[in-house]
Amino acid sequence: MTATTEINNIISKENLVYKKTDVLLDNEMHYCPGCTHGVIHKVIAEVIEEMDIQDKTIGVSPVGCSVLAYNYLDIDWQQAAHGRAPALATATSRLMPDKYVFTYQGDGDLASIGCAEIMHACNRGENIVVVFVNNAIYGMTGGQMAPTTLEGQVTATSPYGRDCATTGFPMKMSEMVSLLPGTRFVTRQSAETAGAVRKLKKAIRKGFENTREKKGLSFIEIVGTCSSGWKLSPTQSNEWMKENMFPYYPLGTLKDE
Amino acid sequence: MAKFKGAIVVDTEKCKGCGLCVVSCPTAVIELARGVNGKGYHYAHMANPDACIGCSSCGLVCPDTVITVYRAKAS
Ligand SMILES: Cc1ncc(C[n+]2csc(CCOP(=O)(O)OP(=O)(O)O)c2C)c(N)n1
Ligand code: SF4
Ligand code: SF4
Ligand code: SF4
Ligand SMILES: [Mg+2]
Repeated sequence: MTATTEINNIISKENLVYKKTDVLLDNEMHYCPGCTHGVIHKVIAEVIEEMDIQDKTIGVSPVGCSVLAYNYLDIDWQQAAHGRAPALATATSRLMPDKYVFTYQGDGDLASIGCAEIMHACNRGENIVVVFVNNAIYGMTGGQMAPTTLEGQVTATSPYGRDCATTGFPMKMSEMVSLLPGTRFVTRQSAETAGAVRKLKKAIRKGFENTREKKGLSFIEIVGTCSSGWKLSPTQSNEWMKENMFPYYPLGTLKDE
Repeated sequence: MAKFKGAIVVDTEKCKGCGLCVVSCPTAVIELARGVNGKGYHYAHMANPDACIGCSSCGLVCPDTVITVYRAKAS
């Protein structure tokens, strides 16, 4: 048997082990090559498919690169003003308590302009899932410093590296919200390897299961990359993330009640 | 010999050539092509198909979810 015929024999329906879930639409994503947003979208879509909640899930997209998330996941969506996704999600989940409501927010959106909204939604323990994508930068607007930018990190607005004496220190949002009694599940994950993607999927599933059980707020941070903002290739970005982000933003679950 | 033989199909027109699948593959199956797709990206392809074990690592890490994975028991 030639190699080509062997491959053609393997490529058949009964041998299929991994394909794009139908909850992801066919629209090509506008994200830069290698952007973590794409992986996170896919994982959320896979969880929605596995839990069979496609017609019961409502996402709230942010301002940031993921503003157009509604083009990619085939569920109901709203799009919030910058940082206000937790407020919109609060109203939605209170009015429709049987829906699975989640916000999807970047670090600029959640930790900077939306810092008040997320703190109070967490403190109230709204019955929602928060997906927080921490790439340590404002990706969409061209790579400016975010509250999560690391000390010394070069961005468009910190060309000599972030100076904590004048701009404060990188904010550890997961640690902060884990102190609030309203949060039930707080975890920090990543998505750069197959193992990390599998773990992230379990965490997101747990979040939606908490919603089903009316447990309150699940906060899922994902440490990700922004190769355009960081001015590295996608593979170099993963290495930079492991070396610089993981020590300051350690992975793992901070709270599970 | 590996217990499983695998194969992947890349939707080459939608691939953005990020290379994350290349580094995720435990058996060095994937390379970026010398040629480019319609968007100008060096798309991923199976350069070393015999080594594929169908583990799905490449599919899981692909941000654009353009890889389909197949796996069969090795004969
Ligand atoms: C009220 C308001 N202020 C500022 C902006 C400009 N703006 C758009 S996106 C963004 C930050 C996005 O960064 P982040 O939330 O980290 O998302 P990313 O693109 O990195 O995923 C800012 C400041 C805006 N659109 N609206
Ligand atoms: S700018 Fe950064 S966050 Fe935005 S799509 Fe590109 S890589 Fe992703
Ligand atoms: S991970 Fe996906 S988009 Fe990136 S090179 Fe591989 S197939 Fe192409
Ligand atoms: S399925 Fe596994 S072995 Fe095959 S190409 Fe993908 S990562 Fe490599
Ligand atoms: Mg960001």
